[in-house]
Amino acid sequence: MVDLRKLKKLIELVQESGIAELEITEGEERVRINRTGAAQVAAPAAAPVPAAPAPAGAGAPPAPAVEAKPAEVEGHLVKSPMVGTFYRSPSPGAKAFVELGQAVSEGDTLCIIEAMKLLNEIESDKAGTVKAILVENGQPVEFGQPLFVIE
Amino acid sequence: MFEKILIANRGEIALRIQRACRELGIKTVVVHSVADAEAKYVRLSDESVCIGPPPSAESYLNIPAIISAAEVTDAEAIHPGYGFLSENADFAERVERSGFVFIGPRPDTIRLMGDKVSAKNAMKKAGIPCVPGYDDPLPEDPKEVRRVARELGYPVIIKAAGGGGGRGMRVVHTEAALANAVQMTRSEAQSAFGNPMVYMEKFLENPRHIEIQVMADSYRNAVHLGERDCSMQRRHQKIIEEAPAPGISRRIVERIGERCAEACRKIGYRGAGTFEFLYEKGEFFFIEMNTRVQVEHPVTEMVTGIDIVKQQILVAAGEKLPFKQRDIQFRGHALECRINAEDPFNLTPSPGRITSFHAPGGPGIRVDTHVYHNYFVPPYYDSMIGKVIAYGDNREQAFARMNIALSEMVVDGIKTNIPLHQELLHDAAFIRGGTTIHYLEGKLAALRKTQ
Repeated sequence: MVDLRKLKKLIELVQESGIAELEITEGEERVRINRTGAAQVAAPAAAPVPAAPAPAGAGAPPAPAVEAKPAEVEGHLVKSPMVGTFYRSPSPGAKAFVELGQAVSEGDTLCIIEAMKLLNEIESDKAGTVKAILVENGQPVEFGQPLFVIE
Repeated sequence: MFEKILIANRGEIALRIQRACRELGIKTVVVHSVADAEAKYVRLSDESVCIGPPPSAESYLNIPAIISAAEVTDAEAIHPGYGFLSENADFAERVERSGFVFIGPRPDTIRLMGDKVSAKNAMKKAGIPCVPGYDDPLPEDPKEVRRVARELGYPVIIKAAGGGGGRGMRVVHTEAALANAVQMTRSEAQSAFGNPMVYMEKFLENPRHIEIQVMADSYRNAVHLGERDCSMQRRHQKIIEEAPAPGISRRIVERIGERCAEACRKIGYRGAGTFEFLYEKGEFFFIEMNTRVQVEHPVTEMVTGIDIVKQQILVAAGEKLPFKQRDIQFRGHALECRINAEDPFNLTPSPGRITSFHAPGGPGIRVDTHVYHNYFVPPYYDSMIGKVIAYGDNREQAFARMNIALSEMVVDGIKTNIPLHQELLHDAAFIRGGTTIHYLEGKLAALRKTQ
């Protein structure tokens, strides 16, 4: 299983550097990050979009989620205000606070960050739709680490 | 031995601690603020955790964030460095209660030495000579306060019990100025340390600042590692330190050193510590004890060959001291110049990007710094960017080597106090040795007049 913190750093690297594609092989693990337009993220096959400003490769199917994520992420980033462990639900086995695609209002609880045995509810500072969940359940997070993308 | 240590500090001391950990094969977790995310030691760490925005109160002084970082990284011990939380007994206590080892003395020892009144009383009980003074909280009644001052004899100094490190003190030369001075020191103490308690001491007019380094383990073994002369200071901030102290007989250093080691055994001190004294006319007067590693520890390391930071870690891991007092040998002379990002003569801070950096080297030169070419000195923290240490067989050689080193050193893009150091290293009185704690201020005032 690819270390998600390393993966996140690689994604940031690609974003910052402007390189088009990055592939890294380490032993049996391989990561390929392909920098394309944002259209690839929300690519439902449904309604054709006339005169869409899509890059040449838009016709290609989106990359499988397990191996790589598109580097471009638009929207408002909800960042961690503290150091701790990230949890998606109020207790183990309970339903997650939010799921991908869910609509949230300002002030809705998105997740819990546990620090020093205290559970802190992290609220959304923006209304919108949960476009991306950037951290895995149970993963340690640091101050300023992006957790969610709200659009 | 620990597998992983969390370094709760920044700058050159974070790098210093990291080096000791790496030498011992211990993994390092470095916590840092947003402003220090690109620091060299952060990049060299095994793991790093951003604990907050730049202001110290929200990052390096943020106890929950630091302990949380230790939890999520499974660190076993926390090294607090110097400054920040290193002498915060509450922090030490919370670290231990959370299941981590605090690399330093026990919380109650820190608390005892943190209150300067209780520290003096503990030292008096342990047979350490102290600055003559009224070592109880000063009474509220101004008549009483006048009586105390008259008994001590002017000039006196009012000090905050919760202060230390040169903060929270005021000198009084005449009875007319006494009441106001006490009032002002009380309010400053309340706002700076949350504790308005003040006490009074005789003000020694022209002393030197001589301190004794000690090292103790958890088995009541304690040794002293000799003295350091830190008299070259401005507003109680040290600029140049050296070991040994020029012109003080080895016999009386040995005697005070042994008294300090004995005091450590008596109070069950653990780890590294420093007893600070004012030295005048052949006598030592205790002012305070620092229960942490100090900025100037390298000069002691150079003349004794003992790695103080490594020893701190070993002691915290439960090891016995590997040396007895008779094993400690003092050889040669060491000087340390603190390099600050500031205007050399008016001392205003000079943060910013170091556009060109070249460190000196050669025999007997040690450079402890976290900065490098293109490093951005953040404006949020103290101005020290590194230390240059020069070692020689004798004081003359240490001076010569330091002069050569400072002439080679390049730090462009910001201002540094290197020109001030060069001025001081050519100062006749300093070269003779034995200058007192007021010397630098006097010299700076004279320099300003000529400009």
